[in-house]
Amino acid sequence: MTDLIQVQEMTKIYSLGDDLRLTALDNVSLNIGPQEFVAIMGPSGSGKSTFMNIIGCLDKPTQGRYLLEGVEVGSLDSDHLADIRNRKIGFVFQGFNLLSRTNALENVELPMLYNGVTAKERRQRAMNSLELVGLKGRERHHPNQLSGGEQQRVAIARALVNNAPIILADEPTGNLDTKTSVEIMSLFVKLNQESRITIILITHEADIAGFARRVIRFRDGKVISDEKVNK
Amino acid sequence: MINIPSAFKISFRALRVNKMRSALTMLGIVIGVMAVIAMLAVGAGAREAVAKQISSIGSNLLIVLAGATSSGGVRMGSGTQSTLSTDDADAILKNCPAVAYAAPIHHGSAQLVFGHQNWATEVTGTTPSIMIVQNWTLRGGRVFTDQESKTAAKVAILGQTVVTNLFGDMDPVGQTIRIKDVPFKVIGALAPKGQSIMGQDQDDTVFIPITTAQKKLFGVRFIGMVRVIIVQTRSDRDLDPAQEQIAQLLRQRHHIGPKQDDDFTVRNLTQMLETMQRVASIMTILLGSIASISLLVGGIGIMNIMLVSVTERTREIGIRMAVGAKTWDIRLQFIIEAVTLSLFGGAVGIAIGIGASELVTVFSGFPVIISIISIILSFGFSGLVGIFFGFYPAYKASLLNPIDALRYE
Repeated sequence: MTDLIQVQEMTKIYSLGDDLRLTALDNVSLNIGPQEFVAIMGPSGSGKSTFMNIIGCLDKPTQGRYLLEGVEVGSLDSDHLADIRNRKIGFVFQGFNLLSRTNALENVELPMLYNGVTAKERRQRAMNSLELVGLKGRERHHPNQLSGGEQQRVAIARALVNNAPIILADEPTGNLDTKTSVEIMSLFVKLNQESRITIILITHEADIAGFARRVIRFRDGKVISDEKVNK
Repeated sequence: MINIPSAFKISFRALRVNKMRSALTMLGIVIGVMAVIAMLAVGAGAREAVAKQISSIGSNLLIVLAGATSSGGVRMGSGTQSTLSTDDADAILKNCPAVAYAAPIHHGSAQLVFGHQNWATEVTGTTPSIMIVQNWTLRGGRVFTDQESKTAAKVAILGQTVVTNLFGDMDPVGQTIRIKDVPFKVIGALAPKGQSIMGQDQDDTVFIPITTAQKKLFGVRFIGMVRVIIVQTRSDRDLDPAQEQIAQLLRQRHHIGPKQDDDFTVRNLTQMLETMQRVASIMTILLGSIASISLLVGGIGIMNIMLVSVTERTREIGIRMAVGAKTWDIRLQFIIEAVTLSLFGGAVGIAIGIGASELVTVFSGFPVIISIISIILSFGFSGLVGIFFGFYPAYKASLLNPIDALRYE
């Protein structure tokens, strides 16, 4: 069985000026299989965010290959990458990144605006998605009428709505209190186990990483440890 | 790709958030479209009025005016001296092959009385040719005969305004009216022509035989002297030859030597009106162009606001890109927003433009014509303005890097 994500000898170099270059990722190779729950840890500047951006098809590697479901995506143009983001990857951000002027339902419908789903089906799927994250009855609330935890649930519902096999979560609990963080992490665990979704999460909190079953640590653009956690 | 109804929904919402800003941005387009509509309406009205005038005064006309000479170094206004005669009119008709009709005219104002009603108007002594030359038709009765002209019979043909003021709804034909206390028999009534381009009521007129006018009504110094002869040529191609022939004939008849100035003027009335029509057309284009400039300025206003909007909504653009919006999804969203602004502004502008044109008519009496084409044209043009000036901001938005856009505060 091919791995969901295959990263081979990936290097990312940012040019900051004429002679100034920053190597954010240095020859990284790793595979992530289907239904894995991976936590990526590391200090700031370790390259974990760069890694996430490339995995999330928001950025392209300078060198090396990135295969998603066996397909080379490192060389695709921006519209093809957008399409892959739309169908394969759900994003959950630290700052929620919801559209403030639209209600929860419309926020969840957003990804389906860009892949030709009919208005009726959009509504239905968004309702189902919100129900799955436990926000039934809050569909018409705007983000500013929702708590942080609820907003993050809306973001998770949005990530789920196109049935993407992967959720990328960048410090999803960074703006939440401990109790809410645990609730959100439990939701990820449930999605991983029941909906068989691959979850890759960036965090610098060991408690949060504890929910994952595999922990990858980055430092100076390199993977320094990669261990399975047995529960 | 995003479907258009959703894109419109998104743009409506975005525009609603900043109502005042959207309204002010639209105002530029509103003023532009309004100006275009009103200017085209006024221009078309002017052209139409001239065209109507041309058809109502008759076509292929030359006007021969007495005078217009410099006598003793003083330039006299044309038509001030009666140097033409009814015989000249007859001679023109007989000797100029390009001429179809020649009607001498002797004007004068007079008080008309019928029963208790009275009315002051212009009385025109002329020949029956006037009916053809000036494109008149009869509503009832008949035109005076050559016999009546020759014998200076006291018969009159009344214009519609005169009929209305003297007779009301009564049939005037067969009645007797008094013109300057001289009894005249009404033998005909003219079909109405309406206002002239100068706003004169063309129907406020009375025709009587020219002999009658000169001998029995106005009492001229020399019987037969007239100030104006209206000439109609056989076709518009005969206008220039006729002008030449008339001038030659009159110089000969009036014994004017080769070095002397003419004691008459021949004017090509149709040509004058056609020139006026051309001027009206040029004015329309000119006014329309100036109005279009304000539409252009409105478009620049839209571009300006859209650029601000793109910057303000960088994060939203980042979110949309992250969840799968492609280059054209983003572009379309902002172009549609700009087009919504411009089309909405265009619609309001059309409404106000029509209203403004109507007001021009109400307050100045100047005729305006609002054509469907000018409405479609300005609406379509405002849509194009939206697409054109919306494109650059939309293009800029689509070039954003999603990673940077998501981090934008």
